[in-house]
Amino acid sequence: MIPLQVVAILFVACGALVVALSRDLVRQAIVLSIYGLGLVFLFVVFQAPDVALSALVVSGIAYPLVLVGAIARLRALQKREESR
Amino acid sequence: MSYLPYALSVWLFACGLYGIVSSRNLIHITVCVSICQSATYVLLLAIGYRKHGTAPIFSDIPTKGRTVVDPIVQSLTLTDIVVSVAVAALLLTFALKTFEHHHSLDPAEIAGLKG
Amino acid sequence: MSRRVRIALFLVSVAGVSAFLLWGLAGLPSFGDYAGPYGDLISNLAKPQRHIANAVTAVVFDYRGFDTMGEELILFGAASSVVMLLRETRDEDVADIVDRVRSDATNALSLLAALAVLVVGLDVVAHGLLTPGGGFQGGVVLAAAFLIVFLGVEFFAYNRLASTSFGEPVEAFGAGGYVGLGLVSLALGLAFLENFMGLGTFGRLTSGGSVLLVNFSSGLAVGGGFLVIFNEFLQENMAARYGR
Repeated sequence: MIPLQVVAILFVACGALVVALSRDLVRQAIVLSIYGLGLVFLFVVFQAPDVALSALVVSGIAYPLVLVGAIARLRALQKREESR
Repeated sequence: MSYLPYALSVWLFACGLYGIVSSRNLIHITVCVSICQSATYVLLLAIGYRKHGTAPIFSDIPTKGRTVVDPIVQSLTLTDIVVSVAVAALLLTFALKTFEHHHSLDPAEIAGLKG
Repeated sequence: MSRRVRIALFLVSVAGVSAFLLWGLAGLPSFGDYAGPYGDLISNLAKPQRHIANAVTAVVFDYRGFDTMGEELILFGAASSVVMLLRETRDEDVADIVDRVRSDATNALSLLAALAVLVVGLDVVAHGLLTPGGGFQGGVVLAAAFLIVFLGVEFFAYNRLASTSFGEPVEAFGAGGYVGLGLVSLALGLAFLENFMGLGTFGRLTSGGSVLLVNFSSGLAVGGGFLVIFNEFLQENMAARYGR
């Protein structure tokens, strides 16, 4: 196992712990994107460029948008609740 | 040391499960479910890896010249990653609808089923 | 039981489950000792038998095309469910919201960037048989091109270009086209989703035969699906922001 793979594995392990322990939603969305980037690095080092491209596209574009869209809608609903 | 990727996938799954169990917010649960899914991706790719292997793309290398890693597990993983985002979007929509009905996202407070 | 007791109980049980999992995974061949015959078989056959350079795309769209059809239908079902659940906010409610980004430079550069990303997305889809890429990755990039119009220009332009009434037919055409190509194979007397065109020259964009068409239709399906999902979320947020 080359050292680069060990570094990638440790980064992903730390990233997963941070994502699971984040409580604030926006902070978790940001950390999730970084975790996705770590996964991309891991997939490249595991010699899987197709999977890395798919993880990059998903963690950079699709997931943050869907997550932030849901959080924003949730905040609007909460504000409407409070103003009632 | 050579079983470290398998240990990583178990660790990722455990982290995701801890996030789900200790969560107070449905959206947080959805994100932790995606961590559990990434555990399976790491396991699949770790099974298919071959030492000194390269990516299974033969535009520039001869077919039998170099050792390549397994392409089948990569194909399973890549479609799964993209589809899991659509399912996560559906879970987030469920969370939004649940908030509209129950006025709370805490899983402990929305335990009861209403008719 | 209280939350602390629940978490403590969970930690104990996850330790036990992890121990069992690690014990089971230790029985696998160690990392790097992949011995299985099928991977080598596919790697040796992708070029001579199918004229496809990317063995992963050959597995996704040719050898295991039926599984990919199932995955695409999952995506189709998820996108349709999101549309159905968020159906209270309709297209007409947000059709007149402008919400322009207040910087002409950003508008202009975002338009150029959107065009560039559209071309890059088509490039990723088209080169799926030769390099890492393919319908799934390129489809999301195609959806992102429309998103850049919303992020950098204005919501009105984005809504005119890529509302649900545009995304849904594209997605349906892609998913239905995938199944339709399989049925064409059946009609020609071959197996479902078997290649029915000439295999083409190795290394060209037109290699692989009908796998190329399957690749493009899955790119359209994925792009359309994500466009629909994004659009639903964006419509909800815009309607909330402007009080519709």
